[in-house]
Amino acid sequence: MIGNLAIVLFDGLAFGMLLFVLSVGLSVTLGLMNFVNLAHGAFAMLGGYVTVLVTRELGLPFLWSLPAAFIVAALVSVGFERTLFRRLYRAGELNQVLFTIGLVFAASAAAAYVFGTAQQPIQLPQFLRGVTEFAGLRFGSYRIFLIIIALVITGLLVLGLEYTRFGAQIRAAVDNQRAAQGLGIDVDTVFAVTFALGSGLAGLGGALAIEMVGLDPSFGFHYLVYMMIVVSVGGLGSIAGSFVAASLLGIADVAGKYFVPDLGAFMIYLIMIAVLFLRPQGLFGKR
Amino acid sequence: MTTPASSTADNHAWLRRQARWSPYELAFWLAVLIPFWVFPTYLTLASQIAITALFAVSVDLVLGYAGIVTLGHAMFFGLGAYAAGLLTKAGWGEPLSGLVLSGLLTALVGLLVSFMIVRVQHLALLMITLGLGLLTAELANSLGWLTGGTDGLQGVDVWPVFNHFEFDLWGYTAYAYALAALFVGVAAARRIVHSSFGLSLRGVRENLNRMPAIGSPWRRHLQIVYTISAGMAGIAGAVLTHTTETVSLDSLSFQRSADVVVMLILGGTGRLYGAILGAAIFMIARDQLSDMNPQYWYFWIGLLLMLVVLFMPKGILGGLSGLLRRLGG
Amino acid sequence: MSEIMLATQSVRKSFGSLEVARDVSIELPRGARHALIGPNGAGKTTLINLITGQLAPDGGRILLEGVDITHAPVAARVRRGLTRTFQINTLFPDLTPLESVVMAICEREGKAAQFWRPLTSHGDAIDEAHEILARLRLADEATRTTRHLPYGKQRLLEIALALATKPKVLLLDEPAAGVPKDESAMLFSVIDALPEDMTILFIEHDMSIVFTFASRIIVLVAGGVLLEADPDTVRSDPRVREVYLGSAHGH
Repeated sequence: MIGNLAIVLFDGLAFGMLLFVLSVGLSVTLGLMNFVNLAHGAFAMLGGYVTVLVTRELGLPFLWSLPAAFIVAALVSVGFERTLFRRLYRAGELNQVLFTIGLVFAASAAAAYVFGTAQQPIQLPQFLRGVTEFAGLRFGSYRIFLIIIALVITGLLVLGLEYTRFGAQIRAAVDNQRAAQGLGIDVDTVFAVTFALGSGLAGLGGALAIEMVGLDPSFGFHYLVYMMIVVSVGGLGSIAGSFVAASLLGIADVAGKYFVPDLGAFMIYLIMIAVLFLRPQGLFGKR
Repeated sequence: MTTPASSTADNHAWLRRQARWSPYELAFWLAVLIPFWVFPTYLTLASQIAITALFAVSVDLVLGYAGIVTLGHAMFFGLGAYAAGLLTKAGWGEPLSGLVLSGLLTALVGLLVSFMIVRVQHLALLMITLGLGLLTAELANSLGWLTGGTDGLQGVDVWPVFNHFEFDLWGYTAYAYALAALFVGVAAARRIVHSSFGLSLRGVRENLNRMPAIGSPWRRHLQIVYTISAGMAGIAGAVLTHTTETVSLDSLSFQRSADVVVMLILGGTGRLYGAILGAAIFMIARDQLSDMNPQYWYFWIGLLLMLVVLFMPKGILGGLSGLLRRLGG
Repeated sequence: MSEIMLATQSVRKSFGSLEVARDVSIELPRGARHALIGPNGAGKTTLINLITGQLAPDGGRILLEGVDITHAPVAARVRRGLTRTFQINTLFPDLTPLESVVMAICEREGKAAQFWRPLTSHGDAIDEAHEILARLRLADEATRTTRHLPYGKQRLLEIALALATKPKVLLLDEPAAGVPKDESAMLFSVIDALPEDMTILFIEHDMSIVFTFASRIIVLVAGGVLLEADPDTVRSDPRVREVYLGSAHGH
């Protein structure tokens, strides 16, 4: 029983870390521009398919495909941001939601056209397959890898945001955009770069997700709900909030499916509604 | 369109003109009778469109007029559908009273939910409406003994309308029934939007910040319209149950909540007939393209959404009426 | 001394370490025509936000006709007769002035929630709206969409909306902000013609207008009341000159 609990906690944490990588960029860009970018899910899916292409068609190893997924998602997203999304910053959130969900629809149809609707298998390196035994329990090696990557990313994000000049600019812009502009910060550029980094992380998340939850054309849409829960419950623009919310959501999801499969996602939605009703700005949100 | 008014009589006349039934409206209600004679094979589709249009009109009241975004309105549609179905299974198959009871029940649920809805905005509002919709769908799924789960509710037996008109295989009764429900719904919605209440709803949509500064209890207004809208959505769901004699989990799905918003945006918000036009275009297109893989069908929906948001913010009907106005000088 | 309509007692408010209202105590007698002046950032709009309830004070009390309204919601204060206008147009862009004002009247009369009754059946409200719009020289624009009105007309509509609530106390936050000088004189003559027993406090930067229309002037500096006096006293007060001219040169 204790052993089961440990494994469920571990698997839940791993899933939560995946959700964190997928969501954190959306949280920061939403906090910056109040732009409800559901296309984030499409960028995550793009990263997944980049990894599939790089490993299968180019024959490169899985680890090499991860930076590729990051870079391609970042570049494509910033292209959309500069040309289309920026027209919608002043539009209401409904228009933002509809436009970007339209993009998700179109992207998943395009993915179905190019790759078919089947799940995409990928080849993992030897050391990421199988399990690692510890204290008599068997932990999935890939999940350990995932948790380490997520922790490294969290560390880099926190350090970058706290100790670099660019990080300070982002924080200032999240706090108060007009004041930041007044201080001579080029909010426009800050946002474009942040947007690219955030979407790049989504792409990386999409690549990391394949082994754990699979990849098919509905990925962008399906995981969007999870991402939006993480972002709204955690609080806009808060890395710590995303981290905590993603961990909780991951653990609750895995534990729920393991212990009370009948209730399905019921508990998760209930908790989300309760949190948002009591704290509409999310657990760690300021506004 | 607007001429300077300098006397109060002109103002009265202008306000009356805003609320008048226009010739276009009358023509529309005559045109929807055509399927009875010309396309009887499409009567089933036509009743589906009428039901969906009624649902879209209910969403237009909250989203188009009052400006409350909702991504979970299928919860009311599905609740109404299940309520009507369960009522017949309990032995009461009279349809009209079934509609009223289902509508009252969903209105009551809407009233309860409204206490929560009017206290949040922006992202939290989006997520709470979305979450409530998903929650209801999950609940119906896990209460299989009541709802039939994924098999749907079977054995729904509806009595003839007015004890006389049997729901026939060809769908004549079904279409007449759905059309009558849509007409009553639109007439009621029209009355609401052309009342002082409807004006205050538009005020909330246009500038929420100003409403308290003119002494408006705007939260209560939103609760009232949300309750009415929930009731109307529930009636649309009940009509679906009565005309198809089955209820499926699909009636509560997020897909339905999302599709109805898409239809509304396509047709044009805040003008009632935009909701109907959007529902018709969406359903007819989906029917015509039904042999297409649904994945590809969503490519066109996605593209259309993006184009409408960028270039036609008032939807197709809004664009058309703007065009007509320009042509008319 | 006539009846005090509105009073603030030691009202305080800080944003972090920034004190935006320091023990502000002012009184407006019935029929007052008071001006609230002070350099940019003195906390004039903040004070109006505190009085009308858009902001909650950290301390102190606000009394309307002797009744403590410190914790009353914004709309409740309006229904008691305390109304404001906004420095930045806060209108209903897609409604016409007629619709906006009829709406405000129906809200005042508690008839706004009557969703079963056609708008056209509220004949008295429509007539009253016409009367208000005519008073503010908006009768000819009554049925034009607000967003298409010239800016000056929109400023007038800002006041018309406030009047539709039948205020006993009216707080005007820079009613002529952004209006050309000749139009702003016209705008203030409209304000001057409002009923004599209406209590009015207005924020205005143009000193010639302030000295023409105000019977008393409250000078606010750095969140606190520097001076409250009649125009002549304020005009000759050296502290006011220093603060005001100093800041005016600082631009």
